[in-house]
Amino acid sequence: MLACMLVLAGMHLFPKNGNPDTVEHSPANSKCFKCHGRPTYTFYNKILGRNVTKRQNPYLMVDSVLFYESNHKSLECPDCHSYKYNHFPHNSELQLEPMPVCLDCHEGDDNYNFETINKEYQESVHAIRHKDAFSCFMCHDPHTYKINVRSDENIDKTIVYDNNICLSCHANFNKYQLISSKRNPNIIKQHDWLPNQIAHFAHVRCIECHTQTTNKTLVAHKVLPKEKAVKKCVECHSQNSILMASLYKFQAKEKRNKYGFFNAAILNNDSYVIGANRNLYLNYLSWVIFGLILLFIVIHAVLRILTK
Amino acid sequence: MNDKIYLYPVWVRLWHLFNALLFLVLIFSGLSLQYSGVPATLIPFKYAVSVHSISGIVLTVNYIFYLFGNYFTSNGRYYKCPLHGMFNRIAKQFRYYSYGIFKNEAPPFPVTADRKFNPLQKLSYVIVMYLFMPLLIISGVALLFPDYIPTQIFSRSGIHLTDLIHISAGFILSMFMVVHIYLCTIGKTTTSNFKSMINGWH
Ligand code: HEC
Ligand code: HEC
Ligand code: HEC
Ligand code: HEC
Ligand code: HEC
Ligand code: HEC
Ligand code: HEC
Ligand code: HEM
Repeated sequence: MLACMLVLAGMHLFPKNGNPDTVEHSPANSKCFKCHGRPTYTFYNKILGRNVTKRQNPYLMVDSVLFYESNHKSLECPDCHSYKYNHFPHNSELQLEPMPVCLDCHEGDDNYNFETINKEYQESVHAIRHKDAFSCFMCHDPHTYKINVRSDENIDKTIVYDNNICLSCHANFNKYQLISSKRNPNIIKQHDWLPNQIAHFAHVRCIECHTQTTNKTLVAHKVLPKEKAVKKCVECHSQNSILMASLYKFQAKEKRNKYGFFNAAILNNDSYVIGANRNLYLNYLSWVIFGLILLFIVIHAVLRILTK
Repeated sequence: MNDKIYLYPVWVRLWHLFNALLFLVLIFSGLSLQYSGVPATLIPFKYAVSVHSISGIVLTVNYIFYLFGNYFTSNGRYYKCPLHGMFNRIAKQFRYYSYGIFKNEAPPFPVTADRKFNPLQKLSYVIVMYLFMPLLIISGVALLFPDYIPTQIFSRSGIHLTDLIHISAGFILSMFMVVHIYLCTIGKTTTSNFKSMINGWH
């Protein structure tokens, strides 16, 4: 807890968004990475009186590259884990220690509004059905979570990143079983009703259909029960596409671009959603041409009848 | 009535019947896709997608049938447009449609066994069947497999460009259809061309 407070103080003292490449690789972390950053670890066995090398459990490995690219690259392991982990073999009591939660460190952050996110999360199916087993860290890997949504380019990358979060359980029996003894339904089969599934899952996130968007948060966190998921095609495939309030929320400021295409942010991402991206001027033009043709035909026909 | 000519063989009539029906279905379902959010949408989006895709595929098959027909039977000769003097012939036909017809002049290019289409018909059928139909079909098939469309063409979205081509070709063909149906009322009688297209005899 003390560590958290110190970190929090640090957050306010040192404005964030420093040059990401210059993050110092903390020596405190290196100590842990020696055993947790590679497939084997070596320690001095007091009883045998010599160094012993063993294999590390893959689930206990932390990728140092991803860690130093993550949001929390400037943190040290003991900011969240007990400093007692410096001792090896670790004291087995340490496993019982409660972990900090996001709000411990992120209270009162106007930029992200963690309180509202937390409230939305508390109302999600995950929290309601599995209160204790589930936590923010289930989706936000403590060691690799990197913010994607707040970037102007490459929304497709964000889509892959965000979908992999959900798929890490919903397409992975092992992790799913951490939380529920239920049978994990087959995602592909559950979405049989959706045509062009590959195209959809590559251009749209799970949360577009499964959460309730509000204008308070950039990423909606209230995952609804499956009955309330978006199933109507026109929710996306129309001029008032919900995509503008979710996937393209960060990019979407204008309803129309200067050439008259609706929901231009989608087009800027080299994506094209039938029904959502029609062009106002081309539409007008086509109706005018159609009208003129009808007019000519009527005049021609009338003249023909009159001169018969 | 021994001056009748057998102009529309069965396969042309069958092709044309399917072509016309499919086109109507495609226009209605296509409009439903374009104007999906509009309350008075013609067909619900979900069904419009399937209807449009399936009838588009059938239309493609039907079009290939037409290409084969024109290639392997003598019907293809009606579509040959010699460039020499074409402009004058078209101008003549155009003058007829916009002036002569009201003076009850005789059509400058009456239908014979060797000349099924007047020059204007010929030109428009060739453009429609050998330019816009292929454009429409190729862009349509591409949209069925969006994963294979290059994401960027001339630094614009590939799918978007493909879609613009598809919609424009569809629109032009729809306009052709309207004019085409109207011009078909200009025959011996208002309905004689339609009867020909049903029984084959002109
Ligand atoms: C000498 C190698 C070594 C070092 C150094 C080391 N660990 Fe470990 N750590 C292990 C091994 C082996 C395990 C698995 C066995 C166990 O749980 O004791 C483990 C387990 C853990 C666990 C999982 C406990 C659980 O819930 O099962 C955590 C958390 C952990 N280490 C954190 C750290 C941190 C933080 C540091 C740095 C301060 C660190 N470790 C340094 C080898 C090491
Ligand atoms: C932002 C807080 C935070 C930081 C910083 C952090 N961890 Fe963790 N770590 C956690 C949490 C939370 C868990 C428990 C995850 C869970 O139970 O799903 C955890 C779990 C672990 C585990 C057990 C593996 C597992 O998935 O249960 C190991 C090992 C570990 N951390 C090592 C490290 C090392 C090494 C560092 C420093 C490089 C580090 N952690 C930094 C929060 C943090
Ligand atoms: C131990 C305290 C601590 C915990 C627990 C913690 N964070 Fe952080 N977090 C920080 C600090 C400190 C930073 C700032 C790092 C920097 O700017 O380099 C940060 C940065 C972030 C950022 C990026 C902010 C930015 O503008 O770059 C996000 C997003 C974030 N955290 C989300 C979370 C989430 C979600 C959780 C819970 C799953 C969480 N954090 C848990 C301390 C913490
Ligand atoms: C069911 C999975 C899930 C859970 C649980 C979850 N999140 Fe998220 N969260 C996401 C996803 C997906 C994103 C988008 C990540 C991205 O692409 O940057 C996100 C983004 C965020 C962001 C960044 C939003 C922004 O404005 O840029 C914050 C902050 C955050 N989550 C906090 C939390 C907190 C706090 C909790 C727990 C109360 C939590 N999350 C629980 C899935 C989850
Ligand atoms: C840590 C694992 C995990 C992650 C990550 C996760 N889920 Fe879940 N999810 C579950 C489990 C377990 C259930 C089953 C809840 C139950 O019914 O007991 C569930 C249930 C659901 C349901 C409700 C289904 C129903 O029966 O109504 C939806 C919808 C859902 N998840 C969507 C998502 C989305 C979207 C994401 C990503 C933003 C996500 N999940 C991430 C584990 C996870
Ligand atoms: C286009 C909207 C849409 C997208 C995108 C989408 N879903 Fe769904 N999902 C639904 C609907 C609608 C249902 C309910 C289906 C039903 O009841 O027949 C559903 C059902 C589910 C269920 C419940 C399955 C069950 O029967 O228990 C889970 C879990 C789920 N989706 C997870 C995901 C995940 C993970 C992703 C991202 C990879 C995702 N969904 C993407 C609309 C969507
Ligand atoms: C959550 C939003 C969303 C929903 C709901 C949705 N779609 Fe889509 N749809 C998209 C996006 C985004 C694309 C991909 C556009 C691209 O390729 O760039 C797409 C692509 C498609 C395509 C492929 C278009 C092409 O380029 O060939 C078809 C067909 C389609 N959707 C039909 C449907 C149908 C039918 C439904 C309802 C059952 C539906 N969609 C529901 C967002 C959605
Ligand atoms: C866009 C869809 C259509 C296309 C592309 C099209 C094309 C054609 C073509 C190429 C011919 C000449 C066929 C031949 O003999 O080789 C033809 C003839 C004909 N079509 Fe269509 N047609 C369409 C829709 C329609 C519709 C909807 C109708 C009527 C409701 C119609 C009525 C006729 C008639 C009566 C003829 C015979 C007269 C003539 O040869 O010009 N067509 N059409």
